[in-house]
Amino acid sequence: MSVLVTETTRVVVQGITGHQGTVHTAQMKAFGTQVVAGVTPGKAGTEVEGVPVFDAVRDAVEKTGANATCIFVPAPFAKDALLEAVDAGIRLCVIVTEHIPFHDMLVMYRYARARGAVIVGPNCPGIASPGRAKVGIIPNVVFRPGRVGVISRSGTLTYEIVNGIKEHGLGQSTCIGLGGDPVVGTSFVDALPLFESDPDTDVMVMVGEIGGTAEEDAADYIRHHFTKPVVAYIAGRSAPPGKRMGHAGAIIARGRGTAATKVAALESAGARVARFPYEVPNMVAEIVASRARR
Amino acid sequence: MVKLAEWRGKALFRKYGMPVPSGQVVRSADEAERLVAAGSVPLPCVVKAQVLAGGRGKGGAVRFAGSAAEARDATAAILGLDFKGEKVREVLLEGKVAIGRELYVSIALDRSLRAPVLIASGQGGVEIETVADGAIDRQPIDPFPGITGYERRRAARVLQLTGTLAGELDALLRGAWSLFQAEDAELVEINPLAVVDGHLLALDSKVIIEDDAAFRHPEYAEIQDDRTPLEEIAREKDIAFVQLDGNIGVIANGAGLTMATLDVLLELGGRPGVFLDLGGTDDPRKVTEAFLLMAQARPTAVFLNIFGGVTRCDTVATGLVAAMQQVPESNRFPLVARIRGNNEREGIEILRAAGVTSIPDLRASAEAVVAAAGGTP
Repeated sequence: MSVLVTETTRVVVQGITGHQGTVHTAQMKAFGTQVVAGVTPGKAGTEVEGVPVFDAVRDAVEKTGANATCIFVPAPFAKDALLEAVDAGIRLCVIVTEHIPFHDMLVMYRYARARGAVIVGPNCPGIASPGRAKVGIIPNVVFRPGRVGVISRSGTLTYEIVNGIKEHGLGQSTCIGLGGDPVVGTSFVDALPLFESDPDTDVMVMVGEIGGTAEEDAADYIRHHFTKPVVAYIAGRSAPPGKRMGHAGAIIARGRGTAATKVAALESAGARVARFPYEVPNMVAEIVASRARR
Repeated sequence: MVKLAEWRGKALFRKYGMPVPSGQVVRSADEAERLVAAGSVPLPCVVKAQVLAGGRGKGGAVRFAGSAAEARDATAAILGLDFKGEKVREVLLEGKVAIGRELYVSIALDRSLRAPVLIASGQGGVEIETVADGAIDRQPIDPFPGITGYERRRAARVLQLTGTLAGELDALLRGAWSLFQAEDAELVEINPLAVVDGHLLALDSKVIIEDDAAFRHPEYAEIQDDRTPLEEIAREKDIAFVQLDGNIGVIANGAGLTMATLDVLLELGGRPGVFLDLGGTDDPRKVTEAFLLMAQARPTAVFLNIFGGVTRCDTVATGLVAAMQQVPESNRFPLVARIRGNNEREGIEILRAAGVTSIPDLRASAEAVVAAAGGTP
């Protein structure tokens, strides 16, 4: 078992003929992922990294049985790409593209959810389960199969921490980069239940950052429903007080959303919160060792 | 994000059929006098500094005038004021109105709900953060189908508006929702929404437009934010660059890693001065430009902390070495590098050839830069 991706995941890459699409198609294949199709309108009949290219997602699904998409399409066209994938029956959509207007994302999220499709992202590094599949752009070198689950709002900070876990001789079950945009398809609260019911995950690592209240929401969930040990890190403790989101933003957050409120919420929910990113692998290793003794 | 001055927000309100007082924006006292004398602004009038900070009334940035000459004097007194760090360059002149009840209405994004919310309160005219939770009503709005009749009726009940006023609120909320969507706003706020002579009138506006939607709104490109000259150059080159008051320059990639790097430096007794987020790039020239920009900020020491993903370590190293050759002797500074991730070995080799050693451990490298900048460790 794993979370969201498995050995049967068959990926279509939307925007495969672009630079990033091409580079990461090769990387996903090197990870062992079945990348079965690419889509770029007007490029049907060509190949990228040995992967056949189609004009439309529906064609790709019919010809190759693709069941997940990785979207690299530029922001102005990303909404259309997502709607096309969902309408073609794709139920796992990873959106790497950054700078998608949140108004577009509000529509994409509602549209996908109403049809039973899951969005991860946008502006995210994607999902990887070592030994199974990767849909996204997380560097292959940081992974090693194991039993630590990772969820994060950050990109490179995730690589840093996942790499640290590997260097401590541990490995990951599944790692999901949720993306740091104001509206994301999968939040901590959406992802945690998947790891709770994943028999291959023993310990959870959560990497959050300042802004929004996703970490506080996650703390509520952990307190009431999550039974596995959690190690968390929150980036931005020292961030200068940013320009405020206007008054309405302040009432929505109502005294939440700072590093201090996030750390306090997670600690009171029973999570261990690291002060430094490099403390995370140590804490995980301690938990793994104490579980082994039991 | 682009925060619109009051008069720009009100121009949008007018465009979407939301009632605002008649007024004119001016940039000189002469212009104020001329427009009032010509009858373009009703008398008596209110003269308001067009700045983004709140508290203008108490801060002397709002005045009243009963004649063209007084409008001229009031404008002259306000123009050029330094209001909470913002220079006043524009002044809005509007007919003074007899304010009855003051209400609050806004549409904003609730990230947790992943939906816009309509916020309404009968206690307007004050900072909404000071109003008790129980006096604020919030309704999530589903983009399909957009704001509904029953949601607008509920807002009218919350605001205790009936009859004609309820009808006016209905039209105003439909306008506000259209504005929120069509202009790609993150916030549309009316505070106060006043009852004046039995009609609704938006007496102030706060509208924020989302940056990511800039590609479909070229009309907002001209609006300047309060960036320093170096921040402005960085923005043109698509590099996130923020100046703080410390002396250590930080170059990292990705917002999370950049913030974590600052956290570690501060915890170790260092003072980050400028931070620069390369983001994702595979062009060494962008790295060179970023590094040269950093040199212009004159840091005491620089910490390069990169975890290579899209941005590969060898790209960063190549760009860095090119930049080091261009920085004049007088602007040189100690550099501590830590590059990990994709193509790490190649990157470390390129740096080594140029005389820079990459310290792989985050804590050890951070301590080295704090020491180089004259900090404690």
